[in-house]
Amino acid sequence: MRGSCLRILVGRVRIQPTTLAQRIEPLAVTACTATSALGRGTAAHVEALAGKRGGLRANEFSSAPLDCFIGRVEGIEEDALPPKFARWDCRNNRLAWLGMQQDGLPDAVAGVVAHHGATRVALVLGTSTASIESTEDAYRRLDNGRFPADLRRPEIHTPHSLAAFVADVTGIAGPALTISTACSSSAKVFASAERLIRLGLADAALVGGVDSLCDSVLFGFNALQLVSRQPCRPFDQRRDGISIGEAAAFALLERVDASPQAPRLLGHGESSDAWHMSTPHPEGRGAHAALDDALARAGIHADRVDYVNLHGTATGKNDEVEAKLLPRFPQRTRASSTKGFTGHTLGAAGALEAVFALLAIEHGQVPPNLGCGEPAPEALPWLALQPERRPIDVALSNSFGFGGNNACLVFARGDRA
Amino acid sequence: MSDALQVGVAGVGAWMDGAPDWSSLREVLRGNGGLVDNAPAKPAADMLPAAERRRAPDGVRLAVEVARQACAMANADPANLPCIFASTYGELAITDYVCETLARAPHELSPTRFHNSVLNAPAGYWTIAAGCTAASSAVTAHHRSFAAGLLEASAYACAEDTPVLFASCDVASTGPLAEMTRTALAFGMAMVLTPAPVGGPRLRISLRPGAGDEHAAVTLALRAVARDNPANAHALALLDALAGRGKTGLVLSVSAGMSMDMEITP
Repeated sequence: MRGSCLRILVGRVRIQPTTLAQRIEPLAVTACTATSALGRGTAAHVEALAGKRGGLRANEFSSAPLDCFIGRVEGIEEDALPPKFARWDCRNNRLAWLGMQQDGLPDAVAGVVAHHGATRVALVLGTSTASIESTEDAYRRLDNGRFPADLRRPEIHTPHSLAAFVADVTGIAGPALTISTACSSSAKVFASAERLIRLGLADAALVGGVDSLCDSVLFGFNALQLVSRQPCRPFDQRRDGISIGEAAAFALLERVDASPQAPRLLGHGESSDAWHMSTPHPEGRGAHAALDDALARAGIHADRVDYVNLHGTATGKNDEVEAKLLPRFPQRTRASSTKGFTGHTLGAAGALEAVFALLAIEHGQVPPNLGCGEPAPEALPWLALQPERRPIDVALSNSFGFGGNNACLVFARGDRA
Repeated sequence: MSDALQVGVAGVGAWMDGAPDWSSLREVLRGNGGLVDNAPAKPAADMLPAAERRRAPDGVRLAVEVARQACAMANADPANLPCIFASTYGELAITDYVCETLARAPHELSPTRFHNSVLNAPAGYWTIAAGCTAASSAVTAHHRSFAAGLLEASAYACAEDTPVLFASCDVASTGPLAEMTRTALAFGMAMVLTPAPVGGPRLRISLRPGAGDEHAAVTLALRAVARDNPANAHALALLDALAGRGKTGLVLSVSAGMSMDMEITP
């Protein structure tokens, strides 16, 4: 492991792992999609980023809306699941369903299932709160102390409801796992899937993340005094908290020979702060370690990175600490947080922002750091405040979660046609 | 199909009401003794600083306790040990509290209990207490959480060529949610898994299509665990084999379409 010198004594056998992450074989990202407050599918996202049109709006969610802004996906309430999936119905799975219908994902998934066989495709999804909105709803509508009859569905009162639903819809029959490490959840799914493919336990993987608005996160982050009354302002000197959003984002991973021209997952890094449950390490120790780990696996130095999609939550602490990573990159490297567009989509943020990194490569467009009027000087040399057109060969995405849980992903352009 | 994964079991930890560590649970599994009546009602979790221990929810105390036991038995330094914590439901009592509070008085939600409600609370507290800066994860797969989590941990150990700490814990459910979760009894276990084992207790894991075994039979004294902590019935079956008593071949479902064949060398 990175920087470690671990020794374990088992009887007389001394086991000492390697000290640095090894370079990995890249994987092809053969499909990806995103649905958020910016709209359904990647085209809506590319247009919104290029036109600096954010998706945050005044909060009208829940029975007692807090005075804040949210990134809400239009139309979830109207679109019930098809009857054959009715037992999975809840806001989070409706959002997952919406997200899965975009950008040709159903055909792409059906293609890998047909090509490799359903049991050779893995499913690894991230979520922070999954379908807890339905559990909250059940508590609001208790029937003589019991859940109301329509919500007596054990399969939606678990954090695995998302992945179980997606497995049911797609027919993916390989290993299926939910990763739930708060706001790094759906970045870590790329790492987990890559390991399964590297070991030959799967030939392809559908990865992604879905998190939806619910009272738990709105009132919970509010109780932690981390929610801004205004649309969030990442890396602004006056930033005062997050705006919560919801999103569904997915990517399909295969070996590079399946599609040499597709963009690639080049590396991933994971680390822990070992510091505090809800505050990052002041020097960004864990964030640096995740970056080191990701670059080592990618086999590149930081000077190769063209674009960094920052975690950039717009809390005082996160952005202050994350800015300390930026001097590791040359100033030609552009960086931005996209949370001013979508809000912080929590367990979906890792996958959503991985898609932003992939779109930056595909379209040669740096997303602007929306909502930042008075940039923090320490971040300014790298911050893209306006959309910028330039070739992007390597793009990186940071995700940091509660519990000091960090992940960093590196993506790169595929072979040129 | 794919090659098998082989991992060594360098350390084991366990906790349940009446069997507060692996050696006492192992004796129960072997039929050499029953559950202890006057065992501590809560996991000691003395790795947590006193102030943290008071604030820590039940699932955190359980996970920290079994993780510490496994590391101690393996003589492993947890500071550099990647860790993967599996749980079907996470902090069930906190979920009950959060949902009840939101229904009644949402503005009264406690910030500490909110951040303790995340599924990675045990990983967070553990990494802080152990000074662990390696990768940490929190995974779940409903009633397949143990097997799917063990697969994830074994894959990590083999792919990254490093020892890994794996824990599987669920606490008792409270309130109206309990009818949905059917988890009435706290149970936790942990293992330090090592890649490329040479001798000692070990697991050989391979995947195959199809459904897994139903709950493996365990000694009468522990049937309540298999019934009232369904996610860990499979954990108990593995521990039964490691205790030298149960079947050394298990087939555990890791998804709706896939099972994990596990050969256990105690």
